[in-house]
Amino acid sequence: MPTALDILAVLLILANLRLLGSSRLAACIRAVALQAVILGAAALLVNLSDLDVRVVIIAVASTGLKAGALPWLLRRAIRESGAVNEIEPFIGFTASLLVGVGLLGLCFLIGSPLSAHVAAESGLLITVSLFTTATGLLVIVSRRKAVTQVLGYLAMENGIYAFGMAFAIQEPLLVEMGVLLDVFVAVFVMGITIYNISREFDHIDTDRLSALRD
Amino acid sequence: MLWLLLLIPTGAGLLSMTLRRQARLRRWLLLMAAAAHAALTASAWVVRPEAVLYGWLGLDPVSLLFLSITSGLFLATSVYAAGYLRREPPRKTDFQEGLLFTDAPEARFVGCLLLFLATMTLVAVSRHLGLLWVGVEATTLASAPLIYFHRHHRSLEATWKYLLICSVGIALALQGNFFLAVAAKGTPEVHLTIEHLMASSRQLDPLWLKAAFLLLLVGYGTKMGLAPMHTWLPDAHSEAPSVVSALLSGALLNCAFLGILRVHALLGAAGLGDFSGQLLIGLGLVSMAVAAVFIIEQADFKRMLAYSSVEHMGILSLGAGLGGLAGLGSMLHMVNHSFAKAMLFLLAGNILAAYRTKSTRQVRGLLQALPLTGPLWVAGFLAIAGSPPFGLFVSELIILKGALQGGHVLIAAAYLLILGIIFVAMARSVLQMAYGVPEGAAPESTRVQEAWAVLPPMALGALVLALGVYMPAWLQEALSGAAQAAGVR
Amino acid sequence: MPIAAIIQVLLALLLAPLLPGVINRVKAFFAGRCGPPLLQPYYDILKLLRKGAVYSRTTSWVFRAGPVLGLAAAMVSLTVLPLGGTPAALAFHGDLLLFAYLLGLMRFVTMTAALDTGSAFEGMGASREAWFAMLAEPALLLGLAAMAVHTGSLSLSGMLDGLALADIRGPGAPLLLLVAVAFTIVLLTENARIPVDDPNTHLELTMIHEVMVLDHGGVDFGFIQYAACLKLWALAALLTGVLLPPPGGWPPANMALGVALILAVAVMVGVIESVMARLKLVRVPQLLVAASVLSALALALVLR
Repeated sequence: MPTALDILAVLLILANLRLLGSSRLAACIRAVALQAVILGAAALLVNLSDLDVRVVIIAVASTGLKAGALPWLLRRAIRESGAVNEIEPFIGFTASLLVGVGLLGLCFLIGSPLSAHVAAESGLLITVSLFTTATGLLVIVSRRKAVTQVLGYLAMENGIYAFGMAFAIQEPLLVEMGVLLDVFVAVFVMGITIYNISREFDHIDTDRLSALRD
Repeated sequence: MLWLLLLIPTGAGLLSMTLRRQARLRRWLLLMAAAAHAALTASAWVVRPEAVLYGWLGLDPVSLLFLSITSGLFLATSVYAAGYLRREPPRKTDFQEGLLFTDAPEARFVGCLLLFLATMTLVAVSRHLGLLWVGVEATTLASAPLIYFHRHHRSLEATWKYLLICSVGIALALQGNFFLAVAAKGTPEVHLTIEHLMASSRQLDPLWLKAAFLLLLVGYGTKMGLAPMHTWLPDAHSEAPSVVSALLSGALLNCAFLGILRVHALLGAAGLGDFSGQLLIGLGLVSMAVAAVFIIEQADFKRMLAYSSVEHMGILSLGAGLGGLAGLGSMLHMVNHSFAKAMLFLLAGNILAAYRTKSTRQVRGLLQALPLTGPLWVAGFLAIAGSPPFGLFVSELIILKGALQGGHVLIAAAYLLILGIIFVAMARSVLQMAYGVPEGAAPESTRVQEAWAVLPPMALGALVLALGVYMPAWLQEALSGAAQAAGVR
Repeated sequence: MPIAAIIQVLLALLLAPLLPGVINRVKAFFAGRCGPPLLQPYYDILKLLRKGAVYSRTTSWVFRAGPVLGLAAAMVSLTVLPLGGTPAALAFHGDLLLFAYLLGLMRFVTMTAALDTGSAFEGMGASREAWFAMLAEPALLLGLAAMAVHTGSLSLSGMLDGLALADIRGPGAPLLLLVAVAFTIVLLTENARIPVDDPNTHLELTMIHEVMVLDHGGVDFGFIQYAACLKLWALAALLTGVLLPPPGGWPPANMALGVALILAVAVMVGVIESVMARLKLVRVPQLLVAASVLSALALALVLR
């Protein structure tokens, strides 16, 4: 099903652009959750010919975690910190979009030879996975709010997951589950830390955490 | 038996989280678990345990070395921690800013400490690179609550930086793992077990392998504290309780180093050893230089120790990159550094408790005020700065000799120069702290003279000293076996 | 010139005022009102055409030429658009540029007429219109370029031929999806609909398009209203006619299908207006940049 995969890949790009262009934290969370849903669907599509229990378990677990549990956690963190919008990021939203397009072009340049290099399921998916990882990094470095940075981290993870899918890398179930658990606990611990930061500082702007320096 | 190594700390950790009231029982549990873990590790030297779980968990010489360092260090620090937790008041004022703050619940602290041991054990015994990644990320998560033990805003800031920077770094390492898997696409089966990859190393795609190494180096290098990815390290080490700093520096950084070594060995087997070696040498020298810059005029002695860790991680990376004799030296150096640095951090905890300051300028007359901690602090400094007769002198010398043997004269010169600068810079701070007359009120010295506060660092110091004057044959054999298995020999 | 091509232009001229009527009915339905009759825009235009016009003494011929030229441009633009699988009356190589620039010309004359009045409000509206149009233009042109590369044709009608039905489910699907979203945003912007502009607003300060035509009256205003309907029709036809290849078969059925699709676009606009609020003025450029990004992305996909 290369076409359906291509459509999912394009949707993934749109979710990335939404993440880059939106100032509302709730919208950003939705964008990242959408990524997870797209990836879950793509995981099933890639393996449609030989679906086994392993694939289904991983797809369902990762979608459930990344599109259900983690957004819920982050929404709670937002509610408790009272932050609604990302205010004045280091790179503005329109500029982020344009940088994102530049990154996408770069990923096309890198991704096209790669997809020729290895017989992959969907050539577009490789490019898009790199783009998603790059988007995550961009969000982490260009935003102030702790919640947005966690979202960037999640987007990075999504991109890496997509990369594994594009190359049909089959890791053992145990390892996949370990990775998922780690991501979950990481976001969980970050969520608790954000809660503590908002209680201690009355804000969650990480650039204002600057007591420690040399 | 490998299962026991993992399950004892995990079980004890989970159990101690449920023991909310029984503080004494919890501390005994910590000690018992640490002792059991150490005993099991010691027995592994005699009888090498079988690999389990499809061979994903196993003990090769490298694993054994890393596991032993971790386990021994944990035993020493757990003794210190038990005493520390008994004497630490739960509510106190922050000496830097005069704020009132509380500590995190002790049950959680002890539990996370034990889980931290479990995750580090997992890293040491993993023979599957995916599992290794899971372990390294898990160490971050288990140790983050430890850094936020003293609940005030600085430790919170340090925890956040630690979590975010390390998680992002390790995410890059995951991408590196995937690159490795792509590189292995040409082989009949795609396994990320070390045996399989080593066996088919010649069939791996070199381009993908190089890219994978770069990502893994950046990823695990972040965790290891190699400059310029080290920014989390001084903050976390200075704000965490000293017990935790000792474990972070002495055990955790090694675990990340193990991750890099595994891939370095793979590249060596695939004939790309020069590529990865040069990167390791470069990053090593950069780390040493950056550390030197920040150690000069460092006003906070815990931060000074943290930057010294960056420096020593640089030395390890340099030694591993040079290979040959220097590779062997870096294995020995890792053992030495872990014990010496843990000792210093524990002593720093004593000084902190007595003087209630982290500033090197406000601590004076250490030798006079703390007759046990003071001399040990000076001895620890001599050890970490690499002066004879301590073990670090020997290992640094071996690395130097290795560099000269390989004909890397310029590298050797830079290495010596940086070591010299750091020696002088640290000597200034440490000696000023040691001599002179204590200012103002005499520090409250009773508590830090108790056995729990002095014996663990003393034992660690004795070990470092022993390694400097006498190297038993079995240890030499083990080290060279480890260096061989790690592909740096 | 085939008779079908002429019929489709006549259809457009006849049915275009139906579109605002449909939109208003949909909005009324969502709001739980009865709403104006479906044919209300026809009544409005006819009433205006029967009235005389009043001209301010400060205005010049530019002001009077605006509505006429605007209507003319809108009418000509209809002749290059295919409908329901029937090629346009004036299909030639590069007519997509003509289409884009006819829209531009229409905007230009409206703006100059507005500036000619010397009113502060109208100048403000003209400046906003220019600003947004400048941002919407790349979205339209990049999207058309992507379509041109994909179908290998520089003519709007030719694109239709190059676009096989299989493309919707085939490799062209992601591309079509992106361009469709971009063109929808362009349609909403060019026709001054929510979320860019509110056609029903009562405050000059917040208006964009409506404020530019405040001083027009009578026949002139009727022309402007009619031209706006035609423009809406043209962009809806672009959206449905170029991006959705017809199933083929009996031409009258195809044409009916094309008209139905355009009406469906009007319903969609009505739904969007009902469920969305108008964006803050400063946020509009972001939306338009996003549309341009989508078009650029589509182009990148084709050129890949």
